[in-house]
Amino acid sequence: MTTPTIESLLLAMADDELVLGHRNAEWTGHSPILEEDIAFSNIAQDEIGHALIWYTAYEKLAGRSPDQMAFERPWNEFTCARFVTYPKGDFAYTVVRQFFFDVAEEVRLRSFLASSSEVLRSSAAKILKEEAYHRLHTQGLVERLGDATEESRRRMQAGVTAAYAQALGLFEALPDEAVLVAGGVMTPNIELARSWIEAVAPVLRSVSLTPPVALTADAGGRRKKHLPDLEQLVTDLQSVYRLVPGGAW
Amino acid sequence: MNRSLDDERVWEALASVKDPEIPVLSIVDMKIVSRVRASGTAVEVEITPTFAGCPALALMKDEIRKVLTEMGFTDVSVETNFTAPWSTDLLEPDAREKLRSFGIAPPPRPVQIDLGRALAEPVACPYCASAATHLESAFGATLCKQIFYCDACRQSFERFKPL
Ligand SMILES: [Zn+2]
Repeated sequence: MTTPTIESLLLAMADDELVLGHRNAEWTGHSPILEEDIAFSNIAQDEIGHALIWYTAYEKLAGRSPDQMAFERPWNEFTCARFVTYPKGDFAYTVVRQFFFDVAEEVRLRSFLASSSEVLRSSAAKILKEEAYHRLHTQGLVERLGDATEESRRRMQAGVTAAYAQALGLFEALPDEAVLVAGGVMTPNIELARSWIEAVAPVLRSVSLTPPVALTADAGGRRKKHLPDLEQLVTDLQSVYRLVPGGAW
Repeated sequence: MNRSLDDERVWEALASVKDPEIPVLSIVDMKIVSRVRASGTAVEVEITPTFAGCPALALMKDEIRKVLTEMGFTDVSVETNFTAPWSTDLLEPDAREKLRSFGIAPPPRPVQIDLGRALAEPVACPYCASAATHLESAFGATLCKQIFYCDACRQSFERFKPL
């Protein structure tokens, strides 16, 4: 049996990493304290590195380079989840979003360790090691800020209320998911979503943060149905490159 | 692994290329160079990044090309392998000692099995060897380092992240 084409899966993950990395880089020089400025700048740089891993794997299959994919593609061709496109918002929102993303990435990457695709297996093993540092940090922040003062509680709860349904959008089914699942490449997104819910629940519960009750996943991104936030972000991301296309320095 | 004489010369030359973020170690000490194949005037080098987002990668590739071109190779290819595993467990004892003498606490080993346990181990101060140290910041000035503080000699120092 031949491995089904994994280009759309690689791009969805690469776009998630690049866009969230860019959003987190917006905290550089603007974080509430120096240690978090350093932490979120590092995490942003790591995520952009992971985007490079997935874009490089994509290039081997489809021939378009990481720079072309990141800097030459129109914003409405990206297939990231809407979750990563929202403005950085309150710092508490950023903390919750990054924690939700770290758990989602861990769940997805662990499932890849048994994939029929060699590039998914080996890339996942590499990324998981770096990701462990992110989760240690963001889960620690959730546990401390969720339970610190009246104000930190209120702001963290607002972050959870806003980011929870958005995070479920990370698990929107890919257009060609059935073929990928049948080929043993990936676990169905619906199952990954269930694992994610089970993984974040005890952490939130430990500091009495509660997910919203009635909710629908904030989906659409995988089908390129984006909000203007992404247009603004991609315009910003590509502005220097577009000044001197192909320039090197 | 059998290395030809040509390969040996290339490995030796690459030992002069430093990691710009840790100038006391070469890219060979760091195990960033993962494969070398030289034949005639052509040479292929494969590098395996430590952290995928390492911004020094492009600089190291330029430096490799420069050194090999100066050796007389006219056809130089430098490929990045993003899927090969890299771990701080690969660092040899002498590389760890160089880190320490440079003021960077080396990573514990082995970390492959249990990162949580590796991170819980005490970190000896690279200046005074005291174990009375604590983590100041889980992230540092570069992706591969964390910031610690020594309560004995009252200095902050960097530690290479176990990976
Ligand atoms: Zn000391």
